[in-house]
Amino acid sequence: MTFTTLSFLLQAGALLVALAAVHKPLGLYLARVVEGTRAARAERLLYRLTGVDAGTEQTWPVYLRGVLAFSAVSILLVFALQRLQGVIPGTGPLSGVDPWVAMNTAISFVTNTNWQAYAPEATVGIFVQMGLLAVQNFLSAAVGIVVAVALIRGLVRVRTDRLGNFWVDLTRVTYRVLLPLAFVSAVLLVLGGVVQNFWSTDVANQAMGVNQTIPGGPVASQEAIKVLGTNGGGYFNANSAHPFENPNAAVSLFQVFLLLLIPSALPYTFGRLVGDRRQGFTVAAVMGTLWLASTLLTGWAVSSAQGTATAAAGGLGEGFEQRFGPVPAALYAASTTLTSTGAVNAAHDSLPPLAGGMTIINMMLGEVAPGGTGSGLYGLLILSIIAVFIAGLMVGRTPEYLGKKIGPTEMKLAALYILVTPTLVLALAGVTVLLPDAVANAPATGPHQFSEVLYAFTSGANNNGSAFGGITSSGPLLSTLLGLAMLLGRFLPIVLVLALAGSVARQGKIPVSAGTLPTHGPLFGALLLGVTVILTALSYFPALALGPLAEGLIR
Amino acid sequence: MTTIFGYLRQAGTALRFLLAATLVLGFAYPLAVFGAGQLIAPAQANGSILRDSAGRPAASALIAQASAGDGGAQDPRWFHARPSAVAWDPASSSASNLGPNDAKLLDSVQQGRAAVAAEEHVSMDQVPADAVTASASGLDPDISPAYAKLQVARVAAAQGLDPAAVEELVRGNTRGGVTAFLGQPSVNVTALNLAVADAAAAAQPGRTK
Repeated sequence: MTFTTLSFLLQAGALLVALAAVHKPLGLYLARVVEGTRAARAERLLYRLTGVDAGTEQTWPVYLRGVLAFSAVSILLVFALQRLQGVIPGTGPLSGVDPWVAMNTAISFVTNTNWQAYAPEATVGIFVQMGLLAVQNFLSAAVGIVVAVALIRGLVRVRTDRLGNFWVDLTRVTYRVLLPLAFVSAVLLVLGGVVQNFWSTDVANQAMGVNQTIPGGPVASQEAIKVLGTNGGGYFNANSAHPFENPNAAVSLFQVFLLLLIPSALPYTFGRLVGDRRQGFTVAAVMGTLWLASTLLTGWAVSSAQGTATAAAGGLGEGFEQRFGPVPAALYAASTTLTSTGAVNAAHDSLPPLAGGMTIINMMLGEVAPGGTGSGLYGLLILSIIAVFIAGLMVGRTPEYLGKKIGPTEMKLAALYILVTPTLVLALAGVTVLLPDAVANAPATGPHQFSEVLYAFTSGANNNGSAFGGITSSGPLLSTLLGLAMLLGRFLPIVLVLALAGSVARQGKIPVSAGTLPTHGPLFGALLLGVTVILTALSYFPALALGPLAEGLIR
Repeated sequence: MTTIFGYLRQAGTALRFLLAATLVLGFAYPLAVFGAGQLIAPAQANGSILRDSAGRPAASALIAQASAGDGGAQDPRWFHARPSAVAWDPASSSASNLGPNDAKLLDSVQQGRAAVAAEEHVSMDQVPADAVTASASGLDPDISPAYAKLQVARVAAAQGLDPAAVEELVRGNTRGGVTAFLGQPSVNVTALNLAVADAAAAAQPGRTK
C-alpha cells in the first residue's frame, strides 16, 4: 500500500473548501433555530405532553438540573432496557446485556462518547441499536450544542440570571437541525452502498461451497447520526471499516465531512449570536489551523510506515481496508480524534507508532479542532478566557472577554475546566497500570501496552470513544473505571461551563476602550492557538513520552 | 428541598421527553430511511447481493468470501481474500488489533509471506503487503491488483481456463476511477470468484453444479 500525497492533499483541501462553503448557511440556520421564539404545532404538542413551560427561561442551576436529570434518566433507561433485551421481541437469540457492559454502554452513549466495550454483532439486537443507542446519538449531540448556546447567551446577555430553556433548546436543536440533516445524510449513505433493512440474507456460493448469512439492519440511519453528532458508535464491531458501514473511499470522505460539519459551523453561530462575526471567524480559524496541522502530521506519520511488523509485511496493510488504504485512513483518523467522534475506518492499534500517537494527541488537545458538537466550541471558548487572562497578566490589566470582566470566579471555573480531563486521564491510566488485574486487559507488551491504556482513558475522559482495540474493557474493573472517566469527563465540564455562563450573564457590559485586548484577528488567534498547544503539552508530555513517543522514536 | 422537587419534576419531564424521542428518532426516523432506501436504492439498502448464473443469491459484493479449511488455508482453486481476524465470518467483524511492532504480528506476517510465496511459486519479496496482513474489518472483499496478478496462474490452471481470460476477469473486477484515486486501486475477490465460476462452467459444459 502506498501513500499518495497528491490524493491526501487534494482530499484535505476539498474538505476545507466544502466546510468553508457550508459553515455560513448552517451556522446562520443554527443561530436562527436557537434564537427563535415561535414553536411549531408539533413542538407545542410535545411541550404539553412533557409538561414543559416553553415560555419560561431558566437560571443556570435550573438549566443544569435539566441537563443532569435528562442524562440520568437516559442512562437508567438505556441500562435497564439493555438488561431486558432478552424479553424484548425482535432481538432474535440475544439475551440481556451483561450488567457491567450495559452500565458502561449506557454511560458511553449518553455522554456522546460511544466507547464500545461490546462487539455489537454478538451483543445488541435491532431494538437496542435503533431504539436506545441511536436515540442517544441524537440527544447527546443536542445536549452538547445547547450547553454551548447557553454559554454564548451568558456572554451576550447583561444583568440577567436567565440562560434560556433547556427543554426548548433541546427540542429545537434535535428536531430542527439534527433530524433533517441525519435523514438527508442517511439517504445519501444508502445510495453510496450502506445497508438499511431489517433482515439478514442467506447466500450460497455453490461453486466455492461457501454459505454465509449476510447481516442487515438499520445501519445507514445510525451511521448518519453517528458521524453528524460526533458520536462514533458503530453498528458493527469494525465500525466504519466494515464494508456495510463504509463501502468505498467516496463514502469515507463524505463521512469525514459529516463529522466535521456541525462543529465547524458552530463558530459562525457564535459570531452571529455575539453580534460580531470576527469573533466567530477567529475561533474558526484557530480550529481550522489546528485541524490542518494535525491532519498533515497524522498523514506524515502514517506514510512513514514505521514498525518491525509493518516492515516485514513490506508496507502498511495490517488493520487497513484495501479499498481505503492509508490516505483515507489518515484523514479519518485525524478528524475522528480532533472531534469527539471516535468512529474509525482502520484499526488505530495497528497504525505506525507516531500516527497512533497523533490520534492520542488530537484527543488530548481537548477535542477543540473543531471538537464535538457544542463541546468543541465551549472548550475553545474556555481556552479563549484562559488566553485573555494570560494576556491580561502580561500587560497588567483586568482581563475581559466580549465585554465581560474575567474576575476570580470566572477564572476559577475556567481553570477547573482545563484541569478536569488531564486529571481524569492521568490518574485513571496511572491506577490502571498499577493494578495487575486491570493492565492485563491490554495484551500488548512494552510501550505499546501503555499506549493502549493511555488511549483508552484519553478517549473516555474526552468522550471520543475510539480505541486501540487490543484492550478488553468488558470486565467489571475497566468498564467501571472507563465509565467513571466518561461520566466525569462529560458532566464536570458542563457544570463548570453553565456556572460560568450564569456568572458572566449577571454582569453588565464593559465598554470597549483603548486598553481592551481585541479577541479577534491573527494576534489573538495565535495566542489562543499557543495556549491550547502549550496547555496540552504541559499536561501530557510525560505520559506521551512513555507510550507512543518511546515506541516511535526509539526503534 | 426545593432542589429535590426540582430534580423530580425535571426527571418526570425527562422521561416523557425521552419516550417521545424514542418514538420519533428511534422508530419513525429509521423506518423513513428504510422506506426511502427501498424506494430509490433497494440493491444497496439490502446489502449489494450478487446472484449466480442461476439467479440464486450467492454473495454480497461488499463482503469477503473464502473457502477455507480449519487451519485457515484458503482453497487453492479460487482467488484468495486477505487474511482475516474473524475467519471471514460475516456474523462478526474485527481487526487483529496488534501493534506495528508486535512480535506475534511479526511472526504471522513472516509465516504468511513464506506460505504465499510457496503457493504462488514466486520469491518472498514479490508478495504484496495486503496478502499477509489482516484487514480492519476481517471482511475486506478486496485485494490489491498486485496480489490478484500473483494468483492468476494458479487459479487459471486449477479451473482449466486460459490465463489471459482470467486476467481479463481480474481487469473487469478492478476498481479504478474516482474511488481508486481517493482510496487505492482494488480488485473485488468476491465478484471475481463468481465470474471465474461462471467462466469455468461455460468452458466445461459437462460439469454441472
